[in-house]
Amino acid sequence: MSSVLYDAQGPRAKRRNIVFTAVFLVGLAALLWWVFSTLYDKGQLEWALWKPFFTSGEAWSTYIWPGLQNTLKAAVLAVLIAMPLGAVLGIARLSDHAWVRIPAGIVVEFFRAIPVLVLMIFGLALFAEYTDVSSDDRPLYAVVTGLVLYNASVLAEIVRAGILSLPKGQSEAAMAIGLRKNQLMRLVLLPQAVTAMLPAIVSQLVVIVKDTALGGAVLTFPELLASANTMSGYYGANVIASFTVVAVIFIALNFALTSFASWLEARLRRSKRSTGAVLGADDVDDINAAEVGGPHKADG
Amino acid sequence: MFDFLEDYDLLGAFWTTVQLAVLSAVGSLIWGTLLAAMRVGPVPLMRGFGTAYVNIVRNIPLTVIILFTSLGLNQTLGVTLGADDFETINFRLAVLGLILYTSAFVCEALRSGINTVPVGQAEAARALGLSFNQVLGLVVLPQAFRSSVGPLANVLIALIKNTTVAAAIGVAEAALLMKEMIENEAQLLLISAVIAFGFVVLTLPTGLILGWVGKKVAVKR
Repeated sequence: MSSVLYDAQGPRAKRRNIVFTAVFLVGLAALLWWVFSTLYDKGQLEWALWKPFFTSGEAWSTYIWPGLQNTLKAAVLAVLIAMPLGAVLGIARLSDHAWVRIPAGIVVEFFRAIPVLVLMIFGLALFAEYTDVSSDDRPLYAVVTGLVLYNASVLAEIVRAGILSLPKGQSEAAMAIGLRKNQLMRLVLLPQAVTAMLPAIVSQLVVIVKDTALGGAVLTFPELLASANTMSGYYGANVIASFTVVAVIFIALNFALTSFASWLEARLRRSKRSTGAVLGADDVDDINAAEVGGPHKADG
Repeated sequence: MFDFLEDYDLLGAFWTTVQLAVLSAVGSLIWGTLLAAMRVGPVPLMRGFGTAYVNIVRNIPLTVIILFTSLGLNQTLGVTLGADDFETINFRLAVLGLILYTSAFVCEALRSGINTVPVGQAEAARALGLSFNQVLGLVVLPQAFRSSVGPLANVLIALIKNTTVAAAIGVAEAALLMKEMIENEAQLLLISAVIAFGFVVLTLPTGLILGWVGKKVAVKR
């Protein structure tokens, strides 16, 4: 194994590595020992607390599955609503007319600079004050509103970056054969940009799924994390067990999405049929942070 | 129309937000650097640990981590982080949660910086007869750090926005104050505008300045 940081190792380096490995292993074992002994002392390892998740389906069918359904419902609704909004905003930001481009830019930058939780709290109060949505449905509406406002602007940047990532020759060739601006966008740029954006959109789904948990913790939205709370109340304060199960589900779901995104990205980069323009997970991280990296990185 | 704002400690809440952000930024920079060192180092066990940590933590919602520090670590296992009163404990737990979460992203930002350095740079340095320490200290790491500024700035901005999650365990920062104000006053749009403005003031200049610095120092290839 060699990298830019170190060479292939000789006998001395190998001996040193073994020492490092041993020291690290001892440290890791000490940490695990501390965790388990604390858990044991507090009685959190008792089988009674973990039993509900392994022996009967009740915990799964009453708490976890409905929670997961709500998580997925909020995430899917948010994507479906945010996608077209994002596409419109993203294309508007590329407009030749300043009166279209600048307002779209302000909207996008504004909503990217604000925490999703603030948008969700705003949404909850908004529905309570100005609409007659029933109080049971309000948390879902608020969570989806917050997610849509934020993610529409992130997706707008993804769309913009996707279009900008295409080689210039594409629009030059389209203009040379006499296509109008809207034909150029509709027939040439967008179809290719959508392909290039796919991995980025799937990566953004991970962010959305993670953000739904905010609704459970702050807005009383009955999603997966909230069901961990309910369960630990019902099954005799098995906080550690409930949180572990819920965390594992989140990890599995998001890990599947992340892996799918990287598979898609690798596949698109290999493919000979496309222009080779791809937006990956790193680009999405930049875009989520607002302002700094964004589309400019794509040409680097 | 702005009178009611005087009844609330708006600046105090945003000061808590800033404190959360700064303390977590310092902590996650340290832990994230250690993780990055493990992930790019030659020891397989440490590499495996770094990779596993990053992949697990990145896929858990921050809300789960923060809520767990309070309900799990504090209320179930009795971890207090050396504080006595409820407020300080929750503040420190929130910082701990933010550090654990953000360091995974710091690690990836640093690693992406190292990955921008072509292997040819190290090979050329070795061909000139530089020692291992010289290759790393004079050639590779300076380039890697300069390329990491941009990604690290992104992580910092995401962190500033993520401090609001501390509201879930009752830390009196800006989002919690917003919730309280909305419940007590009939000024929804005004309150939201003020809080939103506060966050724009925190994130936008940070992004613009660090983004400029990042572009300025990045190695052009």
